[in-house]
Amino acid sequence: MPAVAETIETVQSVQEGGYKWGFETDIEMEFAPKGLNEDIVRFISKKKNEPEWLLEWRLKAFALWRKMEEPRWAAVSFPPIDYQDAHYYAAPKQKAAPKSLDEVDPELLRTYEKLGIPLREQERLQGIAVDAVFDSVSVATTFKDRLEKEGIIFCSISEAVQSHPELVREYLGSVVPQADNFFAALNSAVFTDGSFVYIPKGVRCPMELSTYFRINAKSTGQFERTLIIADAGSYVSYLEGCTAPMRDENQLHAAVVELIALDDATIKYSTVQNWYPGDAEGRGGIYNFVTKRGACRGARSKISWTQVETGSAITWKYPSCILQGDDSVGEFYSVAITNNRQQADTGTKMFHIGRNTRSTIVSKGISAGRGQNTYRGLVKISPKATGARNFTQCDSLLIGDQCGAHTVPYIENRCLSAKVEHEATTSRIAEDQLFYCRQRGLSEEEAVGLIVNGFCREVLKELPMEFAVEAQKLLAISLEGSVG
Amino acid sequence: MLKIEGLTAEVEGKPILKGIDLEVPAGEVHAIMGPNGSGKSTLSYVLSGREGYEITGGSVTFDGRDLLAMEPEERAAAGLFLAFQYPVELPGVGNANFLRTALNAIRRARGEAELDAMQFLKLARAKLKALHMSEDMIKRNVNVGFSGGEKKRNEVLQMALLEPKLAILDETDSGLDIDALKIVADGVNAMRGPGFSALVITHYQRLLDHIVPDRVHVLMGGRIVKSGPASLALELEAEGYAKVAA
Repeated sequence: MPAVAETIETVQSVQEGGYKWGFETDIEMEFAPKGLNEDIVRFISKKKNEPEWLLEWRLKAFALWRKMEEPRWAAVSFPPIDYQDAHYYAAPKQKAAPKSLDEVDPELLRTYEKLGIPLREQERLQGIAVDAVFDSVSVATTFKDRLEKEGIIFCSISEAVQSHPELVREYLGSVVPQADNFFAALNSAVFTDGSFVYIPKGVRCPMELSTYFRINAKSTGQFERTLIIADAGSYVSYLEGCTAPMRDENQLHAAVVELIALDDATIKYSTVQNWYPGDAEGRGGIYNFVTKRGACRGARSKISWTQVETGSAITWKYPSCILQGDDSVGEFYSVAITNNRQQADTGTKMFHIGRNTRSTIVSKGISAGRGQNTYRGLVKISPKATGARNFTQCDSLLIGDQCGAHTVPYIENRCLSAKVEHEATTSRIAEDQLFYCRQRGLSEEEAVGLIVNGFCREVLKELPMEFAVEAQKLLAISLEGSVG
Repeated sequence: MLKIEGLTAEVEGKPILKGIDLEVPAGEVHAIMGPNGSGKSTLSYVLSGREGYEITGGSVTFDGRDLLAMEPEERAAAGLFLAFQYPVELPGVGNANFLRTALNAIRRARGEAELDAMQFLKLARAKLKALHMSEDMIKRNVNVGFSGGEKKRNEVLQMALLEPKLAILDETDSGLDIDALKIVADGVNAMRGPGFSALVITHYQRLLDHIVPDRVHVLMGGRIVKSGPASLALELEAEGYAKVAA
């Protein structure tokens, strides 16, 4: 990048409160008409050339959604959403589905490069295969051939519907049913793209799989659907990143992620969520209303969620584990930051069904500015889950005196032999800690970054290396201007 | 090196420093002694730039610069180091990471190249060895779970790494057993030379047996009431502040 452009970008990012991903890509788009009705559902299905069963599945979800009400139990507040005032399909115009990167619009490739996700062969991130989703469609998936050699399927879900319909049909909605909740039903009706992963029996995926979600178009929502299946004895580590341009309007992101781990399989799912958070006065930003759930179907299977939530105006998200298999393990590691007027209501649900199932929850909430941060978690132990164990630790860090931190743990234990532990703390970045760091030569912002990273260390160490470094920087940027 | 003239300061509207005049030339170690509440800690915080202390008059020049106009981190970069009376814990922050971040911040401000992790580790090991400290010191989190003596030793390690021009030791001897006291004193003595000055703030003569000062000043009621050679500390110990200052 030429020095001048870089300088301009740096200055802009400072003025705009540090959100460096807020640019817009100027590209010719194709939209569905605004609004939501059966015709739109049919339109999306047709655009994707879907089989009849999937259209029926969507229509059923839509019918269910129409009877449901927006959940209002979370500790977040927002004006009513007009679901008719958005486009439910927005895709960059291109003649046919690109067969290789050479056919992908260069403007799109430039966009991902700017986001630090080069897709071209020679510049690809080493050891990470990327599926790039732009508004409603996947534009490229890297390293596909290499993965195919191992029998691994990694592609967009639209492609999987065409190429592996039997797998999609068997597992889609098997963890998050259409009627699960309002936003999951909406997603089931109008989901446009997302990633699909299948790891065959006994295969250890040789690289990190990653999807990068980008919302670009105005007045659209993004409704992606991700489905990951780890067959018996397999292992996969999957990363998810997301950004969006800065706009005055609020945009809805209602994703559904389903994970299925069979016997002895492990899925590690990491998220660095950096949707546009809105400006300092709370204008604009993404509503991130997401349903993520994993089923440990097999014995000794393991699902581990790690999330670093720094973006979005509102985050409503509870990555959960259904521990069906005996001796299965669920983990949830979370860092959630709210600065300015961001609101987050996030946590997890651990359903202990199998015997000797174990779960660990480590949640670190950081509130700054006028941010509100709620941990909401459920640990439910069924009568048959003998020997089940849960450990939960919820820590909150407050920066300044106008923010809030709340912890809402629910524990339902129906099994006498189960052990459930819950620890919670709330602390402040103390003036003496800041002064101590500054006396040693650190600027105030460096000091806050260091202290916050220390606070989050237990979670950050769960992230894959490349992401951990990125996440540390992101934490510091998200808190810029939160002190002094 | 350090020149304080007519310095007055308040805390929450209450005057604490009532006109301090003090000069510490380069290469000298001065001790400030005084009873509780005489303004010793206030002086160290005012010099290092802590919030909550209002300067109402006077001036401080440090190495020719107006110290009071500088941010705390600028003072650190200029070569001022405060060894805290109560070193602060930073949970989850590794001591090595903290020390390297601090050292690099100061090096950056001085226009020097930053040290990478390996270069830093090499330097830190050399300093640990010279101070007879275990390498565990830099593997733990900053001051978390440290005993009182370990915390003070960590302060000395930081001082050795950051190589300040002026170190203010704020009651560094409080709560130390004799072995720890010796390690601290050896650390300070090892740095003595033409480019290093220190202001040793203490309650007791004990530390000054090990760090022999060039001058001793008695601080009482927010003023320096008496100055003299090292032997003044012995007089104070024998006869008490009230009598010596009278």
